[in-house]
Parts: sequence; C-alpha cells; structure tokens
Amino acid sequence: MNTFALPPPPPRPAGLRRRASDLLYTRRGLLLLLLLAPPLLWFGVIYLGSLIALLANAFFRLDDFTGQVVREVGVSNFVALFDPANLDAARRTIVMAIAVTLACTVLAFPLAYFMARHARGWSKAALYIAVMLPLWSSYLVRLYAWKLLLAKEGAISWAAERLHLSWLIEALLATPLVGGPSLSFSTLGTFIVFVYMWLPFMVLPVMASIERIPASTLEASADLGAPPLTTFRRVVLPLAMPGVAAGSIFTFSLTLGDYIIPQVIGDSTLYIGQVVYRQQGVAGNIPFAAAFSLVPIVVIGVYLWLAKRKGAFDAL
Amino acid sequence: MTAAVTLDGVGCTFGHGAGAVRAVDGVDLTIAAGEFFTLLGPSGSGKTTVLRMIGGFTLPTAGRVWIGGQDVTLAPPYARAVNTVFQDYALFPHMSIRDNVAYPLMVRKVDRATRERRAEELLALVQLPGVGARRPAQLSGGQRQRVALARALISEPQVLLLDEPLGALDLKLREQMQSELKALQRRLGITFLFITHDQHEALSMSDRIGIFNAGRLEQLGTPRQVYDTPATRFVAHFVGAANVLEGEAARSLTGHAQAMLRPERITLGEAVGARAAGPVCEVQFFGAFTRIKVETAGTRVQADLPLAPGAVMPEPGQTVHLHWNNGAVHALSAAA
Repeated sequence: MNTFALPPPPPRPAGLRRRASDLLYTRRGLLLLLLLAPPLLWFGVIYLGSLIALLANAFFRLDDFTGQVVREVGVSNFVALFDPANLDAARRTIVMAIAVTLACTVLAFPLAYFMARHARGWSKAALYIAVMLPLWSSYLVRLYAWKLLLAKEGAISWAAERLHLSWLIEALLATPLVGGPSLSFSTLGTFIVFVYMWLPFMVLPVMASIERIPASTLEASADLGAPPLTTFRRVVLPLAMPGVAAGSIFTFSLTLGDYIIPQVIGDSTLYIGQVVYRQQGVAGNIPFAAAFSLVPIVVIGVYLWLAKRKGAFDAL
Repeated sequence: MTAAVTLDGVGCTFGHGAGAVRAVDGVDLTIAAGEFFTLLGPSGSGKTTVLRMIGGFTLPTAGRVWIGGQDVTLAPPYARAVNTVFQDYALFPHMSIRDNVAYPLMVRKVDRATRERRAEELLALVQLPGVGARRPAQLSGGQRQRVALARALISEPQVLLLDEPLGALDLKLREQMQSELKALQRRLGITFLFITHDQHEALSMSDRIGIFNAGRLEQLGTPRQVYDTPATRFVAHFVGAANVLEGEAARSLTGHAQAMLRPERITLGEAVGARAAGPVCEVQFFGAFTRIKVETAGTRVQADLPLAPGAVMPEPGQTVHLHWNNGAVHALSAAA
C-alpha cells in the first residue's frame, strides 16, 4: 500500500489573535455585525441620509425675493408640479421611458436568447464584448459620436443619400411629435440614443434569466406537443420575465433620471432630469428640484407594483 | 403485433473530423406495441442518445426512426406520438401542478374544464390527488416524479420514454416506484421504453432488455435470456455478478476457452467430486447471502452462499471445495 503522510495541521496561533478568532467563531452575530457595518453605514447614512435630506427639502420653499431657502414646512412645491409646463415634462419623460424600455426589450430578447442558448466559445465571448464594450468608454464620447452620426450632414444622412433613402428620413422627420429639422434635433434622435445607451442593461439580465432555464424544460414543452411559438409564449417568456423586469428597471429609471442626452440630442423640450438640473443649478431652487425628483421615484414605485401584480416576479 | 418503435441502422455522431464522437453506431431495434422494453447500459454508452433520437431532441446522422409505422426521422418533438419522463423531471416551475399536468391538453386547445378534470384523474392515477394547486418547488422528489409521469401520460401517447426516471430517488422509494410503474404499464397497455444503468431495475421490470455498450447493442432478449446466456463478456459482467474465466483457468475448470459461472450456482461440499479447491481469501456478508472469494486454478472464483439456517460460513484462509453442475457453466464466444 502507498503510504502518504498528511502534514500535521498548522499550530493554532496563541494569545490575542486566537482569542479574537475564537470569539468570532462562537459569536456569529458579532461576525455578521462587523462584516455588515461598513456597507450598512454607507447605505444608511450616506445614501439614505442624503435621500431623506433631499425629500425634507421638498417641503421647504424658495423666497423669490431674497433667493434664500425658507425652512417652513409646506406643500407649495408639490402644487407647482401640476403647472402645465412641469406636467408636460413629466409626461414626456414617462412616455419616453416606456418607449425606450419596450424598444430595448424587443431588441435585447433575441440577442440575449442567442447568447444564452446558442453562442459557444469565441462567438459568446465576442458577443459579450460587443455588448459590454460601449460601457468601457465615456458616456459623453458616445453621446457626441451619436451627435455626429445623426447630424444633418452626418453619416446616417450621407448613407441614406447614397442608398437613395433620403425620402425615408425626410418622412420620419416630417412625422409630428417625434420629427424635427434633423435627426439630431428631434425626439426620434433622443429615442435612438436612449435605446443605444441602455441596451446593455437590458441584454445582460435577460440573458442571465434565459441561461437559468434548463434545456430539459424547453425539451419537455416540445415533447408534450407545443410548437416553438407556444413554448416561447408559455415557458421561455414567463421564465425570462424576472430578467426583463430587472432590465426594464434599469432602462426605465435611467431614462427617467437622465438630463444630458436630451440636452445634447433632441429638440429643446425639457425632460424631468433637465428641469431638476436647472432648478437646483441656475435657479438655485433646491426645494422645487427636490420635489420634482420625487416624480421618478413615485413612477418607479408604481411601475414595480404593476410588474409584481402582473406576475413578472412569479418565476423567481 | 405492430411495432411501436423501429430503429433502422440508426447512428449518431457528434462533431466533425478528428474530434468526432460516435455516440450511437448502427442500431437496429424493433419494440413491439405494449412492450416494457429497457435499454440497459453504463453511463456514456449511448442509451440516452437513442432515447433522444426517438423523442426528437437529437437528430440521427444515419438510419431511420419509425414510430407507429410512421417515419419520424426528421420530425420535431412536438409532432411525435411519444412523451418523455425526463431524468430531472423538467416540470415548469412557474405553473401549478394542475397546469403542469394539463400542459399537453392546453397546447392542444382543450377547454379548461376538461383539462382540469383530466389533470385530476391523472393525478389520482399516480396517487397524488389534491396537490393540483401547489407549485413543483413545494413537492418532494418522489412526488415530482409522479407529476412528470402524469404529465407525460395525459395525452395518451403510443410510447412513453423514461430516461433514468428513478435515478434521483432513494432505494425504498425506487423499489416502490418500480412496481407501480410496472403495474401502470400493464393497466394502460402503453409501450414503455425505459432507460437505466441499474441492472436490478432492468431485470425486475422489463419484458425485454437491450444491453448497450459503447454505442452498440450487445444483446437483446428477455431478462432470463440475458442473465442465463449472456452473448458477450461485457453482458456477463454487466448483468448480475459473474465469474468470467479465460485462458488456462477456463480450460481447467470448465473445458471452454472462455466461460461464465454465476456465483450463486456454486456450492461448498466434500473433496470427493469437487470441481475446484482452494483457500478462501475474502468473506463478505450481504445479508441474504455471503460472498466468498476462493483462490483456485491461478484465478479467484467468487461464490454466493445462501444464508441457510445453521449454515456455518468458511473463515478466510480455510480451504474449501467448490461444486457446480454442468448447466451452471455458460461458454462465451472467444471473439467477444
């Protein structure tokens, strides 16, 4: 028989180190507390604290004459939210967020499905990099790149002209509500760039949720008589819903909060983020900016509640 | 009798060129309607690939597959009159048990009332009444197994494919499910194609067994035939315990070039008329029998001695005399 002598276990450290390690081993609660204290402090004090400070500000008001914040509790800011101009910005932002989320879902699903179920080896790596690569470069660089692409003399107009498709772009720009003088000065352009910016945030969670579906589950569906479309509707889609829900929280909330994209690309109509930015920056009206920044929070809350009621998280 | 499933020279090769793996190689097989047929073989022998080709999940690279007289070689799974009980059960986690069982009826657009009634009937058939409202995650492994069975049976398929369905269950439950499956198959008259690597399961449940090794069918026969007269050395080893003797030992003990001797056919006795004698080198107690290994004729022969009342088992080192009938020896063809 082969004799193999296992080395003896290392000697236990003596003194303080040993006492500390014994204490942490026997008192699991203490260990947990030590591990969780830094993230809880960060989250509780810095993150939630600043959020609460912001919300508290929403109940103060700005003295128009002195430009000073008056620390008296009132709801004047919330009343001001219902001014037609502010309602308009909120409505425009929410409609844009919904449109961007839907477009991202439709574009991301086939890609995510392919990456999760068919891509192997190098093709999977290449697709991963293709999805992630834009996130490695600056948001502003990509945004101004799109400005060049979408401009009147930009690459897209040029390509459309060469392909004799200028009429198509003209027709799109002539469409009321989304059109404008050029792609880079239209709601359509804003929409295109939003979809581009947030697409990776939809692809990755949807892919992860599709990857978690066992192959045998899909085989069982086909085996039991379901043609591919039925399998997709009854099995793949419900099981991928948590991923779509997670991705849509990203695309939805990122669109609600962004103030740079609509400023660089789009007509001069305002989105929630821009209103908040102007109120707290140029106007110095922090109380009103705080009140307006509540709108996306409430909208996301309602959205999550609806998603839960519709059963988006049932497969979790 | 009509054939439920016919495989005609079916083969399956994965990959191309030098890295290609031939998982299944030229299998010819006819399974009669109403038969309980088992494919028995070790892991990686290709038996699951055969089942997947019948189910339609893997397409054969050679030969043709017929189900109920129809050529389905290239038909998709949903167009085949077979249903599968998967090894991992593959229940739909987001549906209730009732919706899982009724799934085949739902995709065939049967109305809800009929669906629910049939689902309850099938759940009663597999002895799981009243769990319809629960989710798969709330059931035990054995219960999930029954749900998978009910779901596969609800559309009354011609053939039921079972891919090692009892593998994940503990021994007691497995034995119970074995007899229940067998009883169910007799009652419904459906053809069962059962895949297992467990020889006891294969021997106790099947009408016929096909023994699979390295992508080929080694032997086809009733449980008794494959046990008593294994066609090859592999079958002799794989089904039951066996002394496979070769060379000098085979010639001196049996007179054949290669032969098989089942351990339970050997008895201990007097020196007079003994076939072999030698020292006991190992004694293992198994409960119903005791297995001893005896050094003789340059090899080790194992004998299973039943636990008779008052029987005294030999000690290691003790010399014993082995007896057996001529009928206990089965000659194996030297080629295999």
